[in-house]
Amino acid sequence: MHTFGIVKLAAATLFALSGVSAPVAKQLNVVATTPDLAALAREIGGDAVAVTALAKPTEDPHFVDPKPSHLVTLNRADVLIEGGAELELGWLPPLLDNARNQKIAAGAPGRIVASQGIRMLEVPATFDRSKGDVHSLGNPHFVLDPLDAKIIAGGIADHLAQVDPANAAAFRANLKRFNATVDQKLAEWQKLLEPYRGTKIVTYHKDFVYFAARFNLEIVEELEPKPGIAPSPAHLAKVISTMQATKARVILVQPYQNRKTAETVARQTGATVLDMPQQPGAVPNTSTYFSVMDNLVRSLAGALEAKP
Amino acid sequence: MRTLLTAVFVALLGTTAAAAQQPDSSRADSLRRARQPRNLDSLAAVIRSLEARIDSLAAGQPQAPPARTSGAYMNIGFDGLADFGWSSEADVAALQRGDHDPHVRGFTVPNAELSLDGAVDPYFKGFANLVYKIDPSGETGVELEEVYFLTTQLLGNLQLRGGQFFSEFGRQNPQHPHAWSFVDQPLVLNRMFGPEGLRSQGARVSWLVPTKWYTEAMVGVFNSAGGTTSSFRSEESAEIHGGIPVPRAVGGVGDLLFVPRLASSIDLTSTQTLLFGASAAFGPNNSGPDSKTQIYGADLYWKWKSPRAAAGFPFVSWQTEALFRRYDAAQRVSADNPTVTLPAEQLRDRGVYSQLLWGIKPRIVAGLRGDYVSGSAAAFDAELRADRYRLSPNLTWYPTEFSKLRLQYNYDNRKGVGTDHSLWVQFEFILGAHAAHKF
Repeated sequence: MHTFGIVKLAAATLFALSGVSAPVAKQLNVVATTPDLAALAREIGGDAVAVTALAKPTEDPHFVDPKPSHLVTLNRADVLIEGGAELELGWLPPLLDNARNQKIAAGAPGRIVASQGIRMLEVPATFDRSKGDVHSLGNPHFVLDPLDAKIIAGGIADHLAQVDPANAAAFRANLKRFNATVDQKLAEWQKLLEPYRGTKIVTYHKDFVYFAARFNLEIVEELEPKPGIAPSPAHLAKVISTMQATKARVILVQPYQNRKTAETVARQTGATVLDMPQQPGAVPNTSTYFSVMDNLVRSLAGALEAKP
Repeated sequence: MRTLLTAVFVALLGTTAAAAQQPDSSRADSLRRARQPRNLDSLAAVIRSLEARIDSLAAGQPQAPPARTSGAYMNIGFDGLADFGWSSEADVAALQRGDHDPHVRGFTVPNAELSLDGAVDPYFKGFANLVYKIDPSGETGVELEEVYFLTTQLLGNLQLRGGQFFSEFGRQNPQHPHAWSFVDQPLVLNRMFGPEGLRSQGARVSWLVPTKWYTEAMVGVFNSAGGTTSSFRSEESAEIHGGIPVPRAVGGVGDLLFVPRLASSIDLTSTQTLLFGASAAFGPNNSGPDSKTQIYGADLYWKWKSPRAAAGFPFVSWQTEALFRRYDAAQRVSADNPTVTLPAEQLRDRGVYSQLLWGIKPRIVAGLRGDYVSGSAAAFDAELRADRYRLSPNLTWYPTEFSKLRLQYNYDNRKGVGTDHSLWVQFEFILGAHAAHKF
């Protein structure tokens, strides 16, 4: 009894020293690797979850520093949502090796791999890095297809319901509402972009492939000669001639991509460089999935309208 | 062809429907209802893709079914490192003492590393690093550099590691050469831990302290003998104390090597992180039957990375480690001259290195490192303990994260020898598993 008391005292002291507050009726601690997945988690989790994103909305999600603070975040997580398809291969595995958290171990209910259930595009038939940084499981930039977002949201709802059965009904209701909103918004977005069906566009990286497929746009070139390989003058010359031949009018770039390169190409082709930040929070008033998509669709439609 | 594809399509549909009808839970029904619109859309997508496939078949472009790497039971990686360069010191090995440093004027292949890792089962992960290297006489050496398991399910934020591995003393010692920012090993690490760093057979327990900020406490226990325990019972210790090494049996726990470490980190801002730690190593040395060595170290790493980083650039980082060694040398018979007895004395060494890296633009890094080491006067005048400083600017180009080309100049001053100049080019490539780096 005496020993037990000492142990209790020691534990209490340690607890107090550690600066951890006593658990209250708490929200599920959901960690997403990227802000877009975090935004989907907020849609489904609602008030029952507290969501943290590891990557910044403005940085390249392939290259995130595995900071020690991320280790602490993952150690406390109830649920981890990763993009999968090797998007986070360069930084997530060492964090998970040390996170010491069974709740988010591979295969646990608390581990959500967004790419599962997605019909992946650009899955390579052979693996060869001379073709650039091609992900062996396919192109991982699928969140911009609203129908893929519904699949991811469905997975999130399933997993959250398993981890927190008490709130399962709320998660299902949120999913239903989310899906209904997607259906309604998708119709709006498709209507906005319908006049530009088949329009030829250029992107910096292969990160608008799913978006273009959903909205019937045709990507004729990327400024990167191969995924992850910096643009070379020879390749840019080819891009310019392709753009002139196909009358491609816009170049889509993200906050972390080299806008100057895009501007150089735009000057020689009369095209417009269009900022198309995919991650929620990268620019003001885009904290949700819908506001991001609204922004992307309206920006693109606006640019294509201005440059017939 | 179209008929065949349609048949496959119908079969697929049947499978999907059958799967959805499995009465494994009441959830299945509600799920199916929720998925109805999605099914219609994905069916439309499937039809489109089948049409596309038919077109491509018609064009005579057979499509191989995608193979999959993920799901293999083991990650396999290979790292090749080669150096080329020249030094004003003809005996390059006396200047570049690190095992993975360039060794000669001309070409060196100091590290070709096969790395394997994977989940053993739900309870353990396994790692192995097998290193091949070519010595100055052209002979290939093989070493089992690391082989260890890591627990994945220990309670209480604990983690156990066991096998042969680099001790987590400071920042660079546990890093493999491909993660280094310079061509060669810092002088102070070479002096305290020897050419291959401090690693041995042992076990380490780590506790992730439940604080709001990152704090990790670790204790490693290792065998204190062997060529990679330089300040302890290594056979090469005569280079430090000058005496004939005394064979010491392991009598008790005190004859093992203990390596405690405490590390902590805070994010100063959303773009700046500070990581700092204190480490120590305690164990027996072989200058006498019960003489001991103590090493203490402090390390600091600061990094700024742009909020709009592309491929991780631009960034600025600063890394510094300072070490102090107290080597209690017993009264010993000189290895050079058996008629001479060296007195019992305390050998004190200290050293520091500090390196600044600037990731100027994607895939270009400029670096500057300063090294300084110093040893107290002793009865045996060890070349290995002489004062020395070195200044090393370098420039690295990473064509991708799988290759690098590095140019480095060393301004090197050894007390009693003089100044040397060296110029090294290093090339590295990585095959196989993606090289994920720790912070």
